[in-house]
Amino acid sequence: MLNQTPLHAVHQEMGGKLVDFSGWSMPVNYGSQIEEHHAVRRDAGMFDVSHMTVVDVRGADAKVFLQYLLANDVEKLKANGKALYSAMLNERGGVIDDLIVYLMDWGYRLVVNCGTRAKDLAWIELQAKNFQVEVQERPELAMIAVQGPNARQKFHSLLSAEDVAVVDALSVFSGAYLTGARSEWFVARTGYTGEDGYEVMLPEAEAENLWRSLVNAGVRPCGLGARDTLRLEAGMNLYGHEMNDEVSPLVANMAWTIAWTEGRDFIGRAVLEKAKAEGVRDKLVGLVMHERGVLRDGYPVLVAESDRQGVITSGSFSPTLGYSIALARVPVEVGSSAKVLIRGKEVQVDVVKPNFVRNGKPV
Amino acid sequence: MSEIRSELKYLSSHEWARIEDDGTVTIGITDHAQAALGDVVFVELPEVGTTVNAGQEAGVVESVKAASDIYSPVSGEVIAINERLVDAPETINSSPYDDGWFFKVQPDDLEELEDALDAEAYQASLGE
Repeated sequence: MLNQTPLHAVHQEMGGKLVDFSGWSMPVNYGSQIEEHHAVRRDAGMFDVSHMTVVDVRGADAKVFLQYLLANDVEKLKANGKALYSAMLNERGGVIDDLIVYLMDWGYRLVVNCGTRAKDLAWIELQAKNFQVEVQERPELAMIAVQGPNARQKFHSLLSAEDVAVVDALSVFSGAYLTGARSEWFVARTGYTGEDGYEVMLPEAEAENLWRSLVNAGVRPCGLGARDTLRLEAGMNLYGHEMNDEVSPLVANMAWTIAWTEGRDFIGRAVLEKAKAEGVRDKLVGLVMHERGVLRDGYPVLVAESDRQGVITSGSFSPTLGYSIALARVPVEVGSSAKVLIRGKEVQVDVVKPNFVRNGKPV
Repeated sequence: MSEIRSELKYLSSHEWARIEDDGTVTIGITDHAQAALGDVVFVELPEVGTTVNAGQEAGVVESVKAASDIYSPVSGEVIAINERLVDAPETINSSPYDDGWFFKVQPDDLEELEDALDAEAYQASLGE
C-alpha cells in the first residue's frame, strides 16, 4: 500500500496520473507534462509536495547540533524565517541528503527528501544523542509549492490584507508564519523550478481547500514530471542523481554550500578538506544537444581531454528550450564540447555551466 | 482506460496496423502506448524505400520520459512516412490512430498479420 498525501483524492478527481514515487502515490502529470511545465514558466502552477519530510529541531543545543550535522553553517541564518540550502554528509564525505533548513523563533525546521526519509531520520537521531535537542517529524503538515511569474500574485488573492503584507515582505529564500486563522501556515519564498513563488506548509486538513482555491485563482495543477524538467532547466540537483552517499558535494556543484568556518567541526569535514587539498577529479557540468534526440540518465559522456568517461546524472528534453539538456559528472579536464553515447551512436554536445533557464529565460 | 479500435491488428509491444483498401498497411502506436510514454518530443521514422521486417525495429519514439523502439508488425517496403510528426510529434499524443500514424508499408505477405493480436487479445494483454 502506497502512502497518500492529504490531496490524493483531489489528484484523482482532477485527472492526475498517479505513480509510485518513493513509496508515495503521486501525480506525475494531469495530462501533459509539457503544458504543465510551460504554465510554471509563463504563468503559475502548483505541486503537491506533501510527501517531503519536515523535521523540527528544538532545544538548547539546536544551533550547535546543526552546525555539526550540516556542511553549511546555520550561523549564516540571522533572522527568523531565513532559509539555507545544505548537504548532510556522512563520515566519508558522501551526501546523505540535501535539504533546506529554516531558522524559526522556536528552533530550526528541516525539509528533507521523501526517498531518503528513513535513513535521514535514523542519522539525525543518532547524531542528536550527544546534544540537548528534541527532533520531531511533522507528518501532519501538508506542503504545496506555488511557482511561476504570476504565482505570488495569485496566492495573494486568497489572503487577508495582513497576510499579504507578511508574504509580500519576504525576500527570496525566507519564510514567515501567517496570522489569524492561518497562524499555523508557514509560507516561504522558495521553490525548485527556477521561478519565483512560494512553498506553503500548512495543517493537512486545510490543504484541499487551499488547492481548490488556487485552481479557482488560475493556478494549474502540475505533476512531479514537470517538477523534474523545471528543476533540471534551473540546474538544480536531485538527490540520487547528481549526488548520493558515495558522491562528494565537491563534484556535485555543491562546493558553494560548504561553509569552511574556522574551527567549526562538521561531519565529513576532514575527508572534504583532504579531497580539496588533493584536487577533485570530476565536476558537474551542463550538456546541451542541438541534434534531434534526448539525453538520458546513465548515458556515458566521452571526454577527449581525459582517458576517463563521464556520465549523465539527469537528462531530459527541455520544454522551454526545445532541445535536450542534461547534467553530467565528467572529468575536470573537459573542454567546451564532448560526445555522448546514445544507444551506440556518438553525438556531439556543448559543455556549459549547469544552469539553463532562469525566470522564464534561457541563460 | 485507453481506446482500442476493433478494426486494427496489434503487437503486444503496442504498435497497431491497419490494412488499407489498396492492400498497404499503415502502422502507428496505440492510445495506451502514447499515454504511457507521455508527451512525445521526437520520432525517428524509417526512410521511404527501405525495407522493414516483421517484429524488428523500424524506428524510435522519444517522450520526455523515455525512448522506445517501434517494431513493424509486417515485412515490406516503406512507401510513406508521416512527415507531420517531425515538426509536430505531439500529434501522436492527440491522435494516435489517425493523424499520428508513423509509416505505411507495401507488405510482402499480409498473412504475417495473422500472428498479430486482434483488439480483444490486445485488450487482454493490457490487463486494464
